[in-house]
Amino acid sequence: MQKPAANEGYTLMNAVVYAQAESRHLLSGNEAVARAAWEAGVRVAAAYPGTPATEILENIAHYPDIYSEWSVNEKVAVEVAIGASLAGSRALAAMKHVGMNVASDAFMTQALAGIVGGLVIVVADDVGLSSSQNEQDSRYWGRFGHMPILEPADSQEAYAMVKRAFDLSEDYEVPVIVRMTTRVCHVKAMVMVTGERIEHRAAGFQKNPQRWVMTPANAKPRLPLMYDRERKLRDLAEITDLNQTFSGNDRRMGFVTSGPAFMHVRETFPNAPVLKLGFSCPPPLEKIRVFAGQVDCVVVVEETEPLLETELRAAGITVHGKDILPRFGELAPNVLRPAIKHLLNEPYEVSTRPQVGVFPRPPTMCASCPHLGPYFALSHIRNLNIIGDIGCYTLGAGHPWNALDTCTCMGASLSMAHGMDKGRGESDEKKHIVAVIGDSTFLHMGMQGLLNMIYNRGNVTVLLLDNRSVGMTGGQENPGTGQNLHGLAAPRVDFAKLAEALGIRPERIRMVDPYELPTMVKLVREEIRINEPSIIITNRPCSLTDRFERLKPYTVVDDQCTGCGNCIDLGCPAIFVARRETVVAKSGKPKELSFARIDSNTCTGCHLCVGTCAPEAIVQNDPPPALPHSRQPIWIHTAP
Amino acid sequence: MTVDRVTNILVVGIGGQGVMTAAEMLARAALAQGYDVKKTEVAGMAQRGGVVSSHVRFGPRIYSPQIDPGEADLLIGFEAAEALRWLPYLRPTGVAMVNTLRLAPPVVSVGLYDYPADPIGELATAGIEVHAFDAGALAEELGNSKLVNTIMLGAISDYLPFPATVLEECIVAGFRAYKPNLADINARAFAAGRAAGHV
Repeated sequence: MQKPAANEGYTLMNAVVYAQAESRHLLSGNEAVARAAWEAGVRVAAAYPGTPATEILENIAHYPDIYSEWSVNEKVAVEVAIGASLAGSRALAAMKHVGMNVASDAFMTQALAGIVGGLVIVVADDVGLSSSQNEQDSRYWGRFGHMPILEPADSQEAYAMVKRAFDLSEDYEVPVIVRMTTRVCHVKAMVMVTGERIEHRAAGFQKNPQRWVMTPANAKPRLPLMYDRERKLRDLAEITDLNQTFSGNDRRMGFVTSGPAFMHVRETFPNAPVLKLGFSCPPPLEKIRVFAGQVDCVVVVEETEPLLETELRAAGITVHGKDILPRFGELAPNVLRPAIKHLLNEPYEVSTRPQVGVFPRPPTMCASCPHLGPYFALSHIRNLNIIGDIGCYTLGAGHPWNALDTCTCMGASLSMAHGMDKGRGESDEKKHIVAVIGDSTFLHMGMQGLLNMIYNRGNVTVLLLDNRSVGMTGGQENPGTGQNLHGLAAPRVDFAKLAEALGIRPERIRMVDPYELPTMVKLVREEIRINEPSIIITNRPCSLTDRFERLKPYTVVDDQCTGCGNCIDLGCPAIFVARRETVVAKSGKPKELSFARIDSNTCTGCHLCVGTCAPEAIVQNDPPPALPHSRQPIWIHTAP
Repeated sequence: MTVDRVTNILVVGIGGQGVMTAAEMLARAALAQGYDVKKTEVAGMAQRGGVVSSHVRFGPRIYSPQIDPGEADLLIGFEAAEALRWLPYLRPTGVAMVNTLRLAPPVVSVGLYDYPADPIGELATAGIEVHAFDAGALAEELGNSKLVNTIMLGAISDYLPFPATVLEECIVAGFRAYKPNLADINARAFAAGRAAGHV
């Protein structure tokens, strides 16, 4: 592709969009997937943001010739891709591992019906849980849905395998899963870009009810066809060059491995024979059997479940696996080395220094985060069970708010809160049940829970924290933001109207500015006392997005600060304790005072803290701040 | 010309400080020098003020992107306590280049934890080669606090297995192409950092 002459958006980040064939680039796995999708002639791509997969669609959005969108959830994304495929277009859906749970209803049946245009689902497993609520092994979906799985080990392979996946998908009329992990998605490595886009014309939807209308009568005849397809894929797995044997002189141990674990194995045991499975499902059992015959013993190194290991044992191949390796987490060299040395009866010395005792640095909410006010309110009201959801607001469970009691999955807050209300135990009798959810999570899977709660006459107070952003993944758009994946204007959902349409009485729909702290606290107190569903909707944008307006910072007038520490309880990282002092209170007991200061580089002038300060020691600064209004730093104040 | 050995560089700091950008520059410079390169982060929810560590590995052929504890040749600390936290990753013969900036998270500022009294001193007593200076002050002198990143890269540029000019050219060329008005000031920041890195 030729680089446009004057393209304002052309940055280092998306340089590969305009890369010529036969050029070398430092690309993340996600960037490599995007380039491969473009070259493969993908015409439709859809995803819901989720770490570590988010950047796949963000990068695809830079390519012309591809229709791309943020879908409202992963199931919708896969269904969009399926529709495009039935029209004959090549299509891609991307998601994090937990997204597969949501999407599975769609692809489990489509895998039976089959596809027309190549359909590839790129899934990113967060091995090691750097930012997820669980650690799932998506390779199970291949077995469950009888779909092939390709497992790239680095960016170059992600690039090559996504292109192969589309051919495979069309050759066998099956959705193909490309299974990535955090260590592929977010590792930057060298990629040789070898091609340009090849268009794949879409023939248009060919009506065929027996094929595409999955009634029992139509689905039943597909079952033998699906198993026949699986047999053919099994044969292919035995001969494909995606499954590669690396010879080695040290035959005491041979490794069967896939994905980034392969890299760790090669790094740690460069002289050992390795069978690397790029096409790991269905597994090439006979190829592995032959490999096993060439080495003294076989170790299966797979992240994360003992999946292949179990299948090999069932096939009568003796292997080691999770008997010597951890069941969870990354199988990095420092994990592999001691386990294998132990198996070989070789000495292993831990040469590292002891850990240094440094304070933790947990993630915090940002300065002027619009969630701070609601959490201050929740942390100051007693007798609440606060049922949470997935997003930045999950941080409300931490210091100093301690005001979130559960977090399970996208949209669970409303339904779990309803269930907790209906299933009240003895100690809950006087408790009020509150659900906390963000705008994007609400639209992803939360509104069904709200509808259900209203329909079944539940009694939950809902805090819909609308910050007009998918905050935790980096500020992506959603139907509540007024913009789409490409930053273009899009219809914006009206949450109040939506809540009313679902059945909340208009009097119980309360809009609030989360920076108006006294109002915020008062509203929550009022609504929890009312015995019917109610919803409090906040209306300030995420302070890391361009929608946020930075104002003059505030400062603490030192001689007026009484050290009460109320403002500290907000958890705003712009406010810090400058001095602590212990005094004797009127009761005669010692009392700890915390004298606060505000870092003027970090403060954005949201004035939330003013509402906590009885002596009015917090005042607005002059002159205005020097920093630009967006992307302000979030720490800054120096340690004593 | 490249060396046969693999070089491991660990860049550490706090979300928002530019750790990942610095690592990216190192990776690009190594790539320009003809090495195979891998760069990986454990960032997680780093944008929310958490710990960020970025691993850069380069050499003739790189498999695993991760640096094992005790295997880093160079530790670049954008913050004093963070440098100390990651000390176990440094080789006994390793070099630590540390910005003396002290950033206390809320859990420290409210008194739940203490900030180490003398993190640089603790690093020095570990028997490694430590260079520490106030990169923020240098950046202020140059008139732009965002220059810390380039200053830190300048500071370590003479501890790399390839000429400092390769890294400098990589950084400055990037600015020339995309933000030309910042190219000169970054070249000066690199030079200032390079001098400071020998103290």
